[in-house]
Amino acid sequence: MVDVTPHGADLIPPAEVGEMELYHPHSWWTKYVFSQDAKVIAIQYSGTALAIGLVALVLSWLMRLQLGFPGTFDFITPEAYYQFMTMHGMIMVIYLLTALFLGGFGNYLIPLMVGARDMVFPYVNMLSYWIYLLAVLVLVASFFAPGGPTGAGWTLYPPQAILSGTPGGTGPGIILMLVSLILFIIGFTMGGLNYVVTVLQGRTRGMTLMRLPLTVWGIFTATVMALLAFPALFVACVMMLFDRAIGSSFFMPAIVEMGEQSPHNGGSPIMFQHLFWFFGHPEVYIVALPAFGIVSDLISTHARKNIFGYRMMVWAIVGIGALSFVVWAHHMYVSGMHPYFGFFFATTTLIIAVPTAIKVYNWVLTLWRGDIHLTIPMLFALAFIVTFVNGGLTGLFLGNVVVDVPLSDTMFVVAHFHMVMGVAPIMVVFGAVYHWYPKMTGRMLNEWMGRFHFWVTFIGAYLIFFPMHYVGLVGVPRRYPELGDTAFIPPSVHTLNEFITVAALTVGFAQLVFLFNLFWSIRHGKEAGDNPWRATTLEWQTAGTPPPHGNFGKELPVVYRWAYDYSVPGAAEDFIAQNDPGPATQGGPA
Amino acid sequence: MSAILIFLALVTAVAGWWLARQRLMSKPWLEAGPVNAFPETEASLLHPAKLGLGVFLAVVGALFALFISAYFMRMVYADWQAAPMPRLLWLNTGMLLLASVALQCAVVAAHKGQVDNLRLALLVGALTSVAFLGGQLLAWRDLAAGGYFAAENPAVSFFYLITAMHGLHIIGGLLVLGRTNVRAWRGERPAKLTLTTELCAMYWHVLLVVWLVLFAVLAGWAADFVDICRQLLS
Repeated sequence: MVDVTPHGADLIPPAEVGEMELYHPHSWWTKYVFSQDAKVIAIQYSGTALAIGLVALVLSWLMRLQLGFPGTFDFITPEAYYQFMTMHGMIMVIYLLTALFLGGFGNYLIPLMVGARDMVFPYVNMLSYWIYLLAVLVLVASFFAPGGPTGAGWTLYPPQAILSGTPGGTGPGIILMLVSLILFIIGFTMGGLNYVVTVLQGRTRGMTLMRLPLTVWGIFTATVMALLAFPALFVACVMMLFDRAIGSSFFMPAIVEMGEQSPHNGGSPIMFQHLFWFFGHPEVYIVALPAFGIVSDLISTHARKNIFGYRMMVWAIVGIGALSFVVWAHHMYVSGMHPYFGFFFATTTLIIAVPTAIKVYNWVLTLWRGDIHLTIPMLFALAFIVTFVNGGLTGLFLGNVVVDVPLSDTMFVVAHFHMVMGVAPIMVVFGAVYHWYPKMTGRMLNEWMGRFHFWVTFIGAYLIFFPMHYVGLVGVPRRYPELGDTAFIPPSVHTLNEFITVAALTVGFAQLVFLFNLFWSIRHGKEAGDNPWRATTLEWQTAGTPPPHGNFGKELPVVYRWAYDYSVPGAAEDFIAQNDPGPATQGGPA
Repeated sequence: MSAILIFLALVTAVAGWWLARQRLMSKPWLEAGPVNAFPETEASLLHPAKLGLGVFLAVVGALFALFISAYFMRMVYADWQAAPMPRLLWLNTGMLLLASVALQCAVVAAHKGQVDNLRLALLVGALTSVAFLGGQLLAWRDLAAGGYFAAENPAVSFFYLITAMHGLHIIGGLLVLGRTNVRAWRGERPAKLTLTTELCAMYWHVLLVVWLVLFAVLAGWAADFVDICRQLLS
């Protein structure tokens, strides 16, 4: 890359930006509502995701009330239970976690961490949020539609998803669900293009790929995966919409329903499962990779030690991203498949544990002999490691066909994926919020509310999901609103179910404390200053807190080092910021 | 799922080739100091919009590869009857090919600064694309007139669905191409139109290739080809 062509030189982001070159909002509406600033879009994304996530949280309480105290609440009919379950899963996985990690943290952190003024296509970025909001509104609308939302389970398997026996199956419920997903995917694609191109082309001077913080690597790789995986869900949704709306037979086999022959003929439900899980499994890592990246930065910052094995961490992120596209059928062992296929997918599933384990070892080795500060972000990061290992280990059981087949339809699976995909990423979300809230608002979150929130959430999550493994192992099936008098289910299961429900409600209450803290600390939190954690990455070196429009004042920072120069021997402080030229090069070429 | 896996293998190959040139073996903890190489970010010199379109086209490719995967998976079931291909599709293919050629000419004209040629080429590109869309609609009418409706035969359902998806992508492109036309005919300088013309041409070339593949799949040649490969392998 030595041939300096004038054509190419135009494309490097200039260090100084003239007043006219940056997009400037002129009114309150374009500044706070229809804003093209990635930071505002990030907060809009996060707020919407948390709001709809709160709905999903309440749905989980209702489900737990039914499971713990069956028959006590008249309004929780079996149909309602299925609707709660479907909406809880769909909202949590897609509308909360995906939107929050990529739309929320991605938008806020990518431009700041790579040293850019904004995303490369701000207008498309704004559209992305508004289409996401539309998708959420369509989803919410299905609660008020006649017949209610769909109750097909979050996997929406045909044929039951569009038959009359399923809540919302013949009403508008399933149609609104599919339309909402299609909108979400369109909106996400717009945002995703931005995240990818900004990381590739928008970096400031000196910010090579191998100097990027791992947060950016995680979000970047997850976005690439999401861009390639979401089309599978798109295709599945469009084809199911055809089946439901005009009576085609992509997925629908010949069925006699209520004594009547349905118009469908010859379709393949298994085809839907392939398409769905071709999206569904990468989705697990779309949520996990940003969490991996963020937790690496939290641990390094709060243990005042460089991340162990940075290169290996990058390779592991990329390797997990690639491998996760060839494991999807391990969700379909019970659908019936050729034994060799099962063998193949079990093998790839176990192989993906290798790069994942590398990451876990590296986190632990980063902590080893570090100067560990048990701040709230650090507590959540530690909780993540423990939880992820727990959930990952049961994943090794379930990855084997012979173990999965008997366990697949039990609460064991529910416990497994809630540990690995629910609790673990949510721990990172909380850790990240406590870590970056001072940058977003200029004030710290309240410490005591935060500690209360952490301990209740962490211990409570284990009180919920550890007993659930046992409940699953004795054979309690999942997806059943009520167990009734079943001979093989011992009385201890009923006691445990009540216990789990009480624990779930307690954990839910702690989340309300967290929400209160978010609002309370905007005004009453302790002043944070520009760099309260004494961190190295560029977002802490901005011109002010919260960062102004354009992020970095008049001149973009120049990067001289990687993101993890903590406790460098001989340095004046225990961290050296990425844009600090350091004593050796002081006065050298800038 | 073979079609999408082949497509992803291609994407992985490109990504791997790119990653291999990104100094992933470097040791950033030992390399403090300014970056002296040009450009200082080690980013490529591609225009962000071109890279963005490239990434978007990869997503489009994944979308159609998934449709093709579904098509092949559905094909093996007993009720499958191949749909007749309206002969009009050949003409439509020609139209789309013309559009692609015209836009390539527009790129050349924009680089050379020839205003008249640029305007003409852009207009021809837009009109032939509209003709393609009109032709596709007529092909739908032909099929429907022959008694082939979307709901009854899965092959026909796929035909309507896939052509509609491809048509929607052309319509999306026409929005941008239309704007470029307006700008060109209002007298904007070719130098200012170079980027958008190049983006349009890139988009049309890819959509042409996508259409050729889809045509081969829908007409059944791709399945024959796969069968031959399978026989060679076994």
